Amino acid sequence: MSIAFSQQVINGLAALTLLISFALLAQHRMLSVLHWFAAQGILLAITAAVVAYSTGEHELYISAIMTFLLKGLLLPWMLWRAIRKLHVHREVEPLMNNGMTVVIAVGVTLFSFHIIAPIEVLSDLMTRNSMAIAMACVLLSMLMMITRKKAITQVIGFLAVENSLFFAAIGATNGMPLVVEIGIAFDVLIAALIFGLFFFHINNTFDSMEIDTMNASLIHKDDDE
Amino acid sequence: MSSIFIQILQAILMVLLAPLAAGFVATVKARLQNRRGAGVLQPWRNIRKLFTKEVVLADHASWIFRFAPYVVFTATVMAASVVPSLLLDTPLSLTADVIALVALLGLARFFLALAGMDIGTAFGGMGASREMTFSALAEPAMLMSVFVLSLSAQSTNLTTMIHHILSTPLLIQPSIAFALVAMLMIAVAETGRIPIDNPTTHLELTMIHEAMLLEYSGRHLALMEWASMVKLLLFATLIIDLFIPWGLSLEADALGIILALIFWILKLALLFIVLATLETSLAKLRMFEVPQYLGTAFVLAFLGMMIHYMLEVQL
Repeated sequence: MSIAFSQQVINGLAALTLLISFALLAQHRMLSVLHWFAAQGILLAITAAVVAYSTGEHELYISAIMTFLLKGLLLPWMLWRAIRKLHVHREVEPLMNNGMTVVIAVGVTLFSFHIIAPIEVLSDLMTRNSMAIAMACVLLSMLMMITRKKAITQVIGFLAVENSLFFAAIGATNGMPLVVEIGIAFDVLIAALIFGLFFFHINNTFDSMEIDTMNASLIHKDDDE
Repeated sequence: MSSIFIQILQAILMVLLAPLAAGFVATVKARLQNRRGAGVLQPWRNIRKLFTKEVVLADHASWIFRFAPYVVFTATVMAASVVPSLLLDTPLSLTADVIALVALLGLARFFLALAGMDIGTAFGGMGASREMTFSALAEPAMLMSVFVLSLSAQSTNLTTMIHHILSTPLLIQPSIAFALVAMLMIAVAETGRIPIDNPTTHLELTMIHEAMLLEYSGRHLALMEWASMVKLLLFATLIIDLFIPWGLSLEADALGIILALIFWILKLALLFIVLATLETSLAKLRMFEVPQYLGTAFVLAFLGMMIHYMLEVQL
């Protein structure tokens, strides 16, 4: 692959990543959120593999494979199991309506483009164009965390932030050192395991996965004491 | 061959092929549903029959009601005749501006909605209000998706844009893919096909376009239906021009024109087969989900525009 062609492929993948971030925000159903999250992981692995191939950094292949197994398959499966076992309501319940969220998302994307544009010039990597998109994806995932009522969707938002940060690392520095990446991957895995445990405990304690309900019952508890 | 002759030929072909195109979509749909269908020529037969029928007017129909079919038909045909389908540089190509095109279609829509409300029946008013609500969302999305292409061509003129597309080397441009998807979604909505509107029923509470035509008969109805068929062909040609223009003739010679004609018809056939497949496999959207559908198209077009700046413009 010539440099120009692989740059185009990476640009195309970056565009798809941004699209998936928007799609995650706009979903109504819990399972489709999960599907899009898995798609994001797989896309991330493909991006890492393409960057590895075109820059010749072989360490990135390992993180591509790890990303595929962990973020494309294992984490979505764990979340899917948690949703199944806890009988979580199938609808995503956003705090605002979807239209409003998407309007804010568009604003956030513009903002991150504006912020990154002067930084992008400093880099001479062929992946530099995707930095603005990675920044936008991080902010969009954070937006997803703050506009959702349920703990599970917030956790998916958190994991999407991590995905976007990985994407940002590929874009800005062609990947972090392998040791750091393996460390982060295991951190995420452990975080997901702990979240899974938390889900069960939260469900046992409050009979609900909704943040509002948890707050309300905590306040009642304070009153009782 | 002079280019003026080809310009006229293009306009006439556009008007004459429109019913055939509608018939083709209907036939492909019928085949997909294991029916034989009425044949490609059926829309032509319908139009001919309607022209010989007498016009029945309501007692309190004003001049607008009688005037509207001619305005709608003329505006649509004017819009269709400037879109290049065979030859790129025609005498009228300077007027082939996308904004002017949208304005002409807007004029047609304005009179269609007025005519719908003129008689004062419930259905007409309902259809008109729906049409206006949805077009207020569809028009900006369509303009936005065209602007994605205009940004790199630095012009909103169709001919200039096509020249630009033909002269740039083939690249993977994500922004154009986004614009294409947005444009396809808008085209489906604007031409009143499933999943937004169903062009074949007159008996649904959710109808939009047909609700406005409910009071028309005779040659008025023929013109209105013909105009909507021309609009379908117009949108298909516009998509072909903007996204797959290869094959358009650059010179006004006989061989080039014939080749361009073959390419045009092949691309149209492909596009219409896709449309028929989509129409067969999708169910109609609920009325309240249409704004969301159009909003998605707008966001896609807007993302295309931002991706153009983020990825394709070198700072």
